[in-house]
Amino acid sequence: MRVVVIGAGAIGASCALALAEAGAEVVVVDRSGVAAETSSRCEGNILVSDKAPGAEAELAIVARRAWRDLAAVLDDDRAPGQPATEFEEKGGVVVAFPAGADALEAFAASQRAIGIRADAVSTEELRRLEPHLSPEVACGIHYPEDAQVQPSLATQAMLARARRFGAELRITEVTASVRAGDRIAGVLTPEGPIAADAVVNCAGPWAGEVATLLGARLDIRPRRGAILVTTPMPQRVFHKVYDADYVGAVGSSDAALQTSTVVESTPAGTVLIGSSRERVGFSTAGTLAPIAEIAAKATRLFPFLAETMLLRSYVGFRPYTPDHLPAIGADGRIAGLFHAAGHEGAGIGLAPTTGQLIAHAVLGTPAPLDPAPFLPTRASLEEAA
Amino acid sequence: MSIRIAVDGAEVAGREGQTIAGVLIAAGRRTWRTADGAERGVFCGIGVCQDCILTVNGVEGVRACQRAARDGDVVERESR
Amino acid sequence: MSRRVVILGAGPAGLAAAQAALARGAEVTVLDEGERAGGQFWRHHDGLTDPRMQHQWPRFERLRGALEGARVHESASVWRVAADGGLRVHALIGPADSAGRAALTVDADALVIATGAHDRALPVPGWTLPGVVTAGAAQALAKRDGVTPGRRTVVAGAGPFLLPVAASIGLAGGTVAEVVEAVGSAAIMRGWGRAPWQLAGSAGKAGELAEYVGDLLRHRTPYRFGSAVTRIHGQHAVEAVTVQRIDADWRPIPGTERTVDCDSVALGHGFTPRLEAAIPAGCAISPVRFVAVDDRQATTVPGVFAAGEVTGIAGADAALAEGAVAGFVAAGGELGDTRLRRILHARRRMHAFAERLATHAIRPGWTAWLDDDTIVCRCESVTRARIAEYADASSRGMRLATRAGLGACQGRTCGRSVEALVAASVDYDHRPVLSSIRIGELAGLHDHRTPHQEQE
Repeated sequence: MRVVVIGAGAIGASCALALAEAGAEVVVVDRSGVAAETSSRCEGNILVSDKAPGAEAELAIVARRAWRDLAAVLDDDRAPGQPATEFEEKGGVVVAFPAGADALEAFAASQRAIGIRADAVSTEELRRLEPHLSPEVACGIHYPEDAQVQPSLATQAMLARARRFGAELRITEVTASVRAGDRIAGVLTPEGPIAADAVVNCAGPWAGEVATLLGARLDIRPRRGAILVTTPMPQRVFHKVYDADYVGAVGSSDAALQTSTVVESTPAGTVLIGSSRERVGFSTAGTLAPIAEIAAKATRLFPFLAETMLLRSYVGFRPYTPDHLPAIGADGRIAGLFHAAGHEGAGIGLAPTTGQLIAHAVLGTPAPLDPAPFLPTRASLEEAA
Repeated sequence: MSIRIAVDGAEVAGREGQTIAGVLIAAGRRTWRTADGAERGVFCGIGVCQDCILTVNGVEGVRACQRAARDGDVVERESR
Repeated sequence: MSRRVVILGAGPAGLAAAQAALARGAEVTVLDEGERAGGQFWRHHDGLTDPRMQHQWPRFERLRGALEGARVHESASVWRVAADGGLRVHALIGPADSAGRAALTVDADALVIATGAHDRALPVPGWTLPGVVTAGAAQALAKRDGVTPGRRTVVAGAGPFLLPVAASIGLAGGTVAEVVEAVGSAAIMRGWGRAPWQLAGSAGKAGELAEYVGDLLRHRTPYRFGSAVTRIHGQHAVEAVTVQRIDADWRPIPGTERTVDCDSVALGHGFTPRLEAAIPAGCAISPVRFVAVDDRQATTVPGVFAAGEVTGIAGADAALAEGAVAGFVAAGGELGDTRLRRILHARRRMHAFAERLATHAIRPGWTAWLDDDTIVCRCESVTRARIAEYADASSRGMRLATRAGLGACQGRTCGRSVEALVAASVDYDHRPVLSSIRIGELAGLHDHRTPHQEQE
């Protein structure tokens, strides 16, 4: 069975890996390279802390466990000189100022009910976990299961392993589908057609455009985020730390600027600061407002940041679906076409399980969890489109 | 005119108008920072390379080659 | 209403642009990161600089005088330039890298980018030892602080800039052990000696050259051609260097090594333009990595002009001529204006001079003098071997895996060298944050807590 995977970001790489490990002949096509876009402009979060009970939370719980095993396999398996995934079970601390304390505790309680570890911590314990937090912070919840990887390296590692299982990578652009009646029979590129029995659309924020090129419809739009990077410093932040309004921002459908503080250290000594969400198409202009707002909120959480030097900032585009769930599974109208896109800000974390769900949809291997909520044919996705 | 600054606790004299780097070099110190175990000081001298960074009056990340020394400045090695 | 012309940089190009724009009746604002105008060429401190280190000083004094008509912001760190929907410059004013600086936003009808260049110093085994500086650093330390990089310095690299560097070290009380020029004397004769009538207008330069040569002869300073410092020795600081003959491709020739005792080295292999402001403004960059300009000194962005080293390394005289054209046209003038005729002629002459500088262009054989463990990215201490491991990876992949160019200087020092080692272009020049700004200063803009001026 020959499968073309469109997109060599984290989702494309994990789909390629799952399909190749299950014996399919895989050709990955990307117009820029491996982890060329969103997957190399993000923090590499693998979170359960920001998931309200529901289908995405279930997916995140399964994916989080899958990442631990996958990271171990990728790190053991690497070619000499290939860097590790930097998988770290760092843990996350969500904090609230007095006004948001009750809402945070209620949210954490709902998460505990579905099996997410969300430990309330005393103020002393909070100061021990994060000594540099503002004294104005009223309470915190510790999520020991939150983890992260270096997303670009992890994506490259997944694709490298897929290639060891025979997957091929071609740097070229897909311009149309090749049809055999109402079945997809491959893709067209400037270098000619690539025949396939199945095609998986993993084009991230461009998945909507790619779907249209292939003669399908998928409502995926870009949602811009900015990240600030500080100069390296001695470690002052020990977990991923978020303001509790993060959850509200992710779930919002507002096109206008939304920000919510997310701060963490990296092994290189820099501190990454986010986060923002805006629907501005693919524009990279007008970033002063989001970065200034990110800076303002972050210094409220960690006052020491006021004196810290900003080294650089960058933007990335999250793939956004109107019902806030990724689209994973068969297209439904065009036989042989599948989609795996629309993970918003959770793509890295949900990658391994997305790959398994696609292998299930394409090859019939066992599904890691119920695929129904994520099908591209679901009502809530079709309606909005 | 002579000025005096404190460098890692010790008093160092310099000339008004010199940069902190100039004061340090005139006083015989060419390095004041560690990078991966190696000693660093001025390299590009014009504010581009970031090798000469030190802490001035409690504020980190100051390029010694760009910052004019003021009488009474307290200069410390970066803590990284 | 007069045109608002904003000029980034107060070196020769920026100062000339300011004078010309003012003469044409524009409302001029000049922003410079230094404490006083002058750039690198006229770096000085009234109380400390030996006047013999300066050149064309009366010209500087006239240009400085002309600034009376302009709004000048010194110690201004421009951290953002936006050209989408109007030209806007964001700066922080205050002592270099201090906390809580005042924010300044300036809107412009026309922008002149005159941000200059910085030294390109090729990595050499041992170049991270205390006592190694760039040629520009040696000159800046001499001119501004009256100090030398050591007691006995080897000045090495390529190009005529090595001469004033050696001279200023001497004037600041240091000894230059040797000057080491990469290009061979025959190639220099060919490069500089051909079609001598083209250099007829550069009589001033010839005089300068004679002055430097006289200086070196007086101090009996050896000047080696076709040679390079290929290794720097020392336990805790520079103690000596190896000087080796190199071929026309800059490959070291085995068996020609000599040891020269010294306690400091000034390295200068040419210059690389400071493109920070031009790139976010959207200006096209030429294939040789300078800001592309036409004969009006206009970039590809309407209303944005560029002059001086940032458009091509050609020295202060070219910068003065280019700056004058840029400032005049930015202020609404026409290229055909009679007032520009002499300046255009000077610009042509100085460009002829600049073409000769290509004689000293870096040749690819230099990488042969690196060891596997020679640090290439100084900020992150990344070795040549580590970078070579990722030579085939994607540009971003290589940077993230090795950290080369991701440290404090964001690739300004190592960028071109890393590109030579991976034999590919790496997108280092794109830097959304042009210069240091503290998170608190950025936050203050949002909260309106930072003292903030909007200058129309």
